[in-house]
Amino acid sequence: MRGLTHLQRLEAESIHIFREVIATCDNPVLMYSIGKDSAVLLHLAIKAFYPAPLPFPLLHVDTTWKFREMITFRDRRVAELGCKLIVHINEDGLKAGVNPFTSGSRLHTDVMKTQGLKQALDKYKFDAAFGGARRDEEKSRAKERVFSVRSVEHRWDPKNQRPEPWHLFNTRKRPGETFRVFPLSNWTESDVWDYIAQEDIPVVPLYFAKPRPVVERDGTLIMRDDDRMTLRPGETVEMKSVRFRTLGCYPLTGAVESTAGTLAEIIAEMRGSRSSEREGRVIDHDGSASMEQKKQEGYF
Amino acid sequence: MSAALANAAPVADVAVREASLLRLLTCGSVDDGKSTLLGRMLFDSHAVLDDQLEALDRDSRKFGTHGEHLDFALLVDGLSAEREQGITIDVAYRYFSTPKRSFIVADTPGHEQYTRNMATGASTAELAIILVDARKGILPQTRRHSFIVSMVGVRHVVLAVNKMDLVDFDQKTYDDIVAAYTGAVASLGFETIEPIPLCAREGDNIAERSARTPWFRGTPLLEYLEHVSIGEAPDQAKRLHFPVQWVNRPNLDFRGYAGTIATGKVVVGEGVMVLPNQRHSKIARIVTADGDLQTATAGQAVTLTLTDEIDVSRGDVIVHEASIMQARKGMTARLLWMADEPLRVGQSFIIKLGTVEANADVVRLRNAVDIHSFEDRPADVLAMNAIGVIDLNFDKAIAATVYGRDRELGSFILIDRMTNQTVALGTVEADRPKQANDNVRRHAVLRVVGEPGSQQRWKFYTSAGRRAIQAVMLFLVVALLARNGWLASAVTLADLVLRPVADRLAAWGGQVLFADHQPPVVGGHAD
Repeated sequence: MRGLTHLQRLEAESIHIFREVIATCDNPVLMYSIGKDSAVLLHLAIKAFYPAPLPFPLLHVDTTWKFREMITFRDRRVAELGCKLIVHINEDGLKAGVNPFTSGSRLHTDVMKTQGLKQALDKYKFDAAFGGARRDEEKSRAKERVFSVRSVEHRWDPKNQRPEPWHLFNTRKRPGETFRVFPLSNWTESDVWDYIAQEDIPVVPLYFAKPRPVVERDGTLIMRDDDRMTLRPGETVEMKSVRFRTLGCYPLTGAVESTAGTLAEIIAEMRGSRSSEREGRVIDHDGSASMEQKKQEGYF
Repeated sequence: MSAALANAAPVADVAVREASLLRLLTCGSVDDGKSTLLGRMLFDSHAVLDDQLEALDRDSRKFGTHGEHLDFALLVDGLSAEREQGITIDVAYRYFSTPKRSFIVADTPGHEQYTRNMATGASTAELAIILVDARKGILPQTRRHSFIVSMVGVRHVVLAVNKMDLVDFDQKTYDDIVAAYTGAVASLGFETIEPIPLCAREGDNIAERSARTPWFRGTPLLEYLEHVSIGEAPDQAKRLHFPVQWVNRPNLDFRGYAGTIATGKVVVGEGVMVLPNQRHSKIARIVTADGDLQTATAGQAVTLTLTDEIDVSRGDVIVHEASIMQARKGMTARLLWMADEPLRVGQSFIIKLGTVEANADVVRLRNAVDIHSFEDRPADVLAMNAIGVIDLNFDKAIAATVYGRDRELGSFILIDRMTNQTVALGTVEADRPKQANDNVRRHAVLRVVGEPGSQQRWKFYTSAGRRAIQAVMLFLVVALLARNGWLASAVTLADLVLRPVADRLAAWGGQVLFADHQPPVVGGHAD
């Protein structure tokens, strides 16, 4: 054990978690949100089951507001790897016209992401869903288990979590209950980028700086990815060299001004950075405990 | 597998950090300042970023207990219930690094009610920071946490005497606490205890030596953590233990056993044995997605194939052929009970040990551990957060070994069949621990004759029967030869009494004469 590097230890732990799920759950699925964490998650899953093909499908809960480059990347990656991909869109939300601009970030996220995810889990009867969440992302994530039990209604009860000593995961659940499983729990943002570099894992080009059309709105740089984003009086679209530290719905994802065009440059930039990666996420700013609340309601 | 995409990820050569990793926990009684210390460590190692500091400033005014000062505890107490009550409920994992090391810190709750979360945080730690409030000294919870930390095999302790500002950085107060603690935990066998006087809120002796403790000759906390060396556990098994986690059978031509190596190493071509059924084979391949390996070591997640087609399934353990680890249908274990309802003899649970699950009956509660004196005392039940030694019987044989030899195959959880809750965590003990007050009254007799229906009881009956027949024969022979009933009785009695003494003498003599030829470890645990 002592001969292994930090990344080797993290990789082995994650692989162990993947295998524990496939050995004990009936119908797992990998939540694929296309970002860097999902890229690492998918890479580890393929390693865990080699030489067998990936024994479960990928699920993308599409809010219809993702960056177009993310969707292109997703479809190409899935074709290359030959995995099965399920794309789920909350049609009720779509019909009701829910969108990040007029509905607000909170309602949009709840309806299109949280409700959409619950619909998909119910529809396909998945009993375990892998997610790429890390404990270093946010304070309530820091208290999350690796195997997180969700009630039949998909709720999280932070006060009633099962102790997880050593690497002993209690994988028993009642009918209808599900697990959210987080193989990257002990990884940090730094570890993720180091691993991407070490393993040569493809990621969405939006992580690398390039001149892109952005609008400054409420102090955040929003990339105008299509003309569904209407300009407010006084706003102008400017071409700026920007990149993204996290990826999500484009109207809710702030860009950072940067010239880092290679992995080495973004790793250097991240190490020197004085702000956290979630700063660019509009939805986390609804209050310090808002993530905990969203998670209790069934958000990933 | 990663053919670089045309316009995706331009991949450059990046120097990957080779820094080592240290896993530690902070523990101690409630209000000793654990969260504050951890928040301060994050802050001093520059792991707290500007937007998080802004949020901290906001939160300090809303929830903070330090007036105008930043309340560093709010950096780590993430649940809203924790922030409102100002206490830590659940274990939180935090990450920071210095140029020399990466750290994973389990910040654990001080309240007795949440001891199970503290034990969880301790189970994977290599070092424990035990906090003591300089005004209060050693508290019951300090002792309880020290005991749990030693129970799960942590061998290095930092005794952080905190809130030194509130005792005017008085050296005598500090020295007294250090002496009291060192004395209190002497029986727990920690390899190192490093005392450091702190004021976590103001940063004394955390990143830098404090001017307010000129009498302190030791190292500041962060510097100590960067340099402390954690060796392998002294008794750790050297030979291969590989719990099979999942059988990988993508097609008829491939049958691999996936798992993480618990101890030792695996080498292609070496002979192995599969427990519990003791079938023998050889390692054919060590398969990984990065290509086959010739050898792999503890901690690596690999897939093994064997040269023979034998039946191996999840829960089996592949061991080196010379290993004498055995599968067992029962064991003695040390247990931390975590459920509201107390543990009683006769209860039945699901045990998960390594990758195996089995039904486990609690057949005996040997003793509970007194958390104040660390001594064993008799007990009828184990209440929540109590520690005790129990005997378990399983419905099938499972491969396990003593915790000190293998953390993966020597640790387990008990699961309540009805609620699916994890109700206990435990460590496997040596088969027959010597217990001074091991339920004395009952066991003086039972130790000789064995439990009713047990193998030992059966052995007792057969040996007693054999002895009786021997005595009758001897009596008849002497009576016939000497034609003297009294002499025959005397000889028979002398034989009954003296023969066991002679046997013991012979055994003792043999041990002394042939001591060099004894196997180093006896019983079912060596490997």
